[in-house]
Amino acid sequence: MAKVLVVDDSNSIRDMVSFTLKGAGYETVEASNGQEGLTKAQSGAFDLVISDVNMPIMDGITLCQELRKLPSFKFTPILMLTTESSTDMKMKGKAAGATGWLVKPFNPDKLLSTIKRVIR
Amino acid sequence: MDIQALAQEIPVEGEYSLEGIDFITSGEQYLTFLLETEQYAVDILCVEEIRSWERPTKIPNAPSYVKGVINMRGVIVPIVDLRLKFGIGEANYDETTVVIVLKYESAEQGRTIGFVVDAVSDVLNAEENEIKNAPAFGGIIPHHYVNGLVNVGEGVVTLLNVEALQQIEAHTIG
Amino acid sequence: MSVDLSQFIPTFLEESYEGLALMESSLLNLEQGDDETINSIFRAAHSIKGGAGTFGFGHVTDFTHLVETLLDEMRDGRREIRSEEVEVLLESVDCMRLMIDAIQNETDYDNSSIDVTSEKLELLLSGSLSDDTGADTPVETSKNASSWQIIFIPEHHLVQTGNDPLLLFNALEDLGELKVNAIVDSLPSLTEMDVEELYLQWELQLFSDSVTEQDIREVFEWVEDECELEVTPVSFDEPETESTSLDETSETAEVKQPNDETPSPEVTAPNIEPEITPSPAGAPVTENKEVKVATKAKPEGGSIRVGVDKVDSLINLVGELVITQSMLSELGNDFDLSKVDKLTAGLEQLLQNTKELQESVMRIRMLPISFAFNRFPRLIHDLAKKTGKDIELIINGENTELDKTVMEQIGDPLVHLVRNAVDHGIETAEKRLAAGKPEKGTVWLDAYHQGGNIVIEIKDDGGGINRDAVFNKALEKGLIEPTTNLTDNQVFELILEPGFSTAKEVSDISGRGVGMDVVKKNIQALGGRIQVDSTPGEGSTFKVNLPLTLAILDGQLVRVGEEVFVVPLITIVESLQAKSENINRVSGDMILYRLRDENVPVIPIFQLFNLPADSQDVDDSLLVVVEADGQKVGLMVDDLLAQQQVVIKSLKDNYQDVSGVSGATILGDGSVAMILDIPGIIQMALDIANKKQKEKQLKMQNEGALI
Repeated sequence: MAKVLVVDDSNSIRDMVSFTLKGAGYETVEASNGQEGLTKAQSGAFDLVISDVNMPIMDGITLCQELRKLPSFKFTPILMLTTESSTDMKMKGKAAGATGWLVKPFNPDKLLSTIKRVIR
Repeated sequence: MDIQALAQEIPVEGEYSLEGIDFITSGEQYLTFLLETEQYAVDILCVEEIRSWERPTKIPNAPSYVKGVINMRGVIVPIVDLRLKFGIGEANYDETTVVIVLKYESAEQGRTIGFVVDAVSDVLNAEENEIKNAPAFGGIIPHHYVNGLVNVGEGVVTLLNVEALQQIEAHTIG
Repeated sequence: MSVDLSQFIPTFLEESYEGLALMESSLLNLEQGDDETINSIFRAAHSIKGGAGTFGFGHVTDFTHLVETLLDEMRDGRREIRSEEVEVLLESVDCMRLMIDAIQNETDYDNSSIDVTSEKLELLLSGSLSDDTGADTPVETSKNASSWQIIFIPEHHLVQTGNDPLLLFNALEDLGELKVNAIVDSLPSLTEMDVEELYLQWELQLFSDSVTEQDIREVFEWVEDECELEVTPVSFDEPETESTSLDETSETAEVKQPNDETPSPEVTAPNIEPEITPSPAGAPVTENKEVKVATKAKPEGGSIRVGVDKVDSLINLVGELVITQSMLSELGNDFDLSKVDKLTAGLEQLLQNTKELQESVMRIRMLPISFAFNRFPRLIHDLAKKTGKDIELIINGENTELDKTVMEQIGDPLVHLVRNAVDHGIETAEKRLAAGKPEKGTVWLDAYHQGGNIVIEIKDDGGGINRDAVFNKALEKGLIEPTTNLTDNQVFELILEPGFSTAKEVSDISGRGVGMDVVKKNIQALGGRIQVDSTPGEGSTFKVNLPLTLAILDGQLVRVGEEVFVVPLITIVESLQAKSENINRVSGDMILYRLRDENVPVIPIFQLFNLPADSQDVDDSLLVVVEADGQKVGLMVDDLLAQQQVVIKSLKDNYQDVSGVSGATILGDGSVAMILDIPGIIQMALDIANKKQKEKQLKMQNEGALI
């Protein structure tokens, strides 16, 4: 079973993402900010990371940079959840090593169809 | 995502409520009981349990037929003496005195109340067409408590309206 | 797969309220250059916007977008933080709250205030050099083709971003039939090959009638800057003219799952035409499909977010309980008297477990009082503006924990007390200066635990309450008699009586003639009490004493005849054996007991509740002296039993409210005991006394008429 790390400070979005993924047969681990996500990331191997950008304590861009420094996350797909549709934020994400992004608002179907691009 | 389709998959509440009850019968079942020598009955699906009399805790300044409250598995249940309520027979309490606990859930609220009766007698099957309207005159029991009458052999059983019985506030007036 | 989004709405609402509260309090504290604060305000708005969009509340998203844009400018330093902006943002928070409330209650809301605020926001934004508009580049609608040729040349490091060409091809395959041809031209020799790099290039062919160029580009959206991508329609609306030319020039293969990291060097591939152009970085547009949400998600029961530690501690305690239980049941299997010690120890353990479990469960319902306090900085801000008074609010003890239910119900009374402190307490600047006080008034909000209760103090350094004015007003209103002897505090507490208002003019803030009595009533309904203290010229203190929880109460068990009653411990002043020399009968049936220098009316419970009792005589009887509303009464009972905590159960569930009784509880032996409602009992006794007096007067009048 593929394991996904879901990082978002919004409980509702995190719940929704996690619930949707579980329903599709993925295992999920949740974190409410970048720092917590980084700590949880080090606790095991993940097949995918889905992270919000704007978060307290540690934002998603920093999380992404930090994760890419970990050997076990070198090739792990990292998707940024973002409301900014501006190219700017996407570029920042890509520069930090993100695989791609999901633009909010999205619905569960969109989420599942999109992550198929990076996870088996 | 189609909420409509999803909604259709969810069973409507009550649709399966009879599942698991393994009797086959046409018509409704009623629990009959005695007040003095008269036979009364209530919808059996409303009967939560039948228990023997125990001294309830008095409710201050309650009407005389509200005997008090008892603890039924952590739930505070008021006890109403139907004999006193309807003025039928003597209100004496001993080991053979029976309390029928009825639960009725309406849209606004669900209530559980125990009713003191003289004895529980039988389960009665009654088809819709066997239930006769109660005559508009006579009888001690106010009309709105009565759902109808059923003839059983020589006798008559009065079907009581559980919802009306549960309106305990009304008891203080009636 | 269908996920019911409505299940997440209560969480969304909850966090939106939290976000709004944070925005509000941060806005009130916002200073120039305080990056962290602006950031946190921005984040809160951003989260609400994101959630609202996801759960289908487009109107909230649209409005919040304006707020967010303004905040973004302030965050980037493009915009100065002036009070004008802060005021509009505070107004926006109100608008957002209005919209969130409407979602929660499934009601409509008044659009006008939102429109007004939207305009203000837009006005502010239009004056700025916003470069945020039109960030989404419009995407041309592509014509449909029956087949597409895609040339995909990834940069070598593509896989290091977590992208996998194979999965991209899988995604393409969802759009239509796909043929994939790998090009191995740029494959280095084995010795030079870096296993973490990608050297392959692909030429793909997608057969479908309905796919647009945009659909295809969307699949490559995340890699468009790390590859060269060319998408060309092979034929328009001619499904049969399959790209034979392509077939001739290239070997095609069905997509399987070839291992792209170990490409076979033997594969020979034709050259790719050199005219590959970098794809334009067209911004992708996600479908902004309005998600229909069933708005049935009623957060009626409400939810509590509980820390994992609290849950863990519960689980541990339940574990211990299970061990104790199995120990006891084993003991019960072959019990004899020699094992009494073990039984006692086991029961002791059970008691301990139960107690800890109870505390743990109660802790789950406990929230810091900051949840109730956090609205006050804003309130003071607004009130200060409205009254033209300069006021500082000092909050202490905001981490004091309180039951969630109590919290929800104490909010409004507290608001009223704070408004009262600002409106009637704090004087105008001129008056303050004249009295030699600092121009700026101060309101304190303090919360602390005292015994099993929480105390909330609302204090001001205003003019204090004028004792004589209150006394005269109460006289005028017929609340007291000229001869009534009252302590200062009793006089002050008259302002909490129904129909009392000391404000000379009715202001729109608090003096509407209603309110303070409602405050008192609400506090009493929570099983609490309120005291007033005041010093002329120095200010007033309103002290609210509340039980920590509504579910459990410390009680004194008393017996009257066969019935056991619970007297809330918080109301008890003392219990005593009545001495006959202290008993005075006045005006007929009224019994007064001289307690030191006070005359305390005696209420025989058996009489009030119409019960048989052991003794009907006050002499030598037991009196439990209780106090409510500053009024002491002696409850006459037959016996004092144990003190214990009781769990409060409602009588209303299956019966109805009963005068003089606030609920019932189940005692250790399984029997039910009524919990006495002390303020209610005092009111009942008063009503009875008044009725008797009237009857007597009527009788005397009638007799007079006869003579």
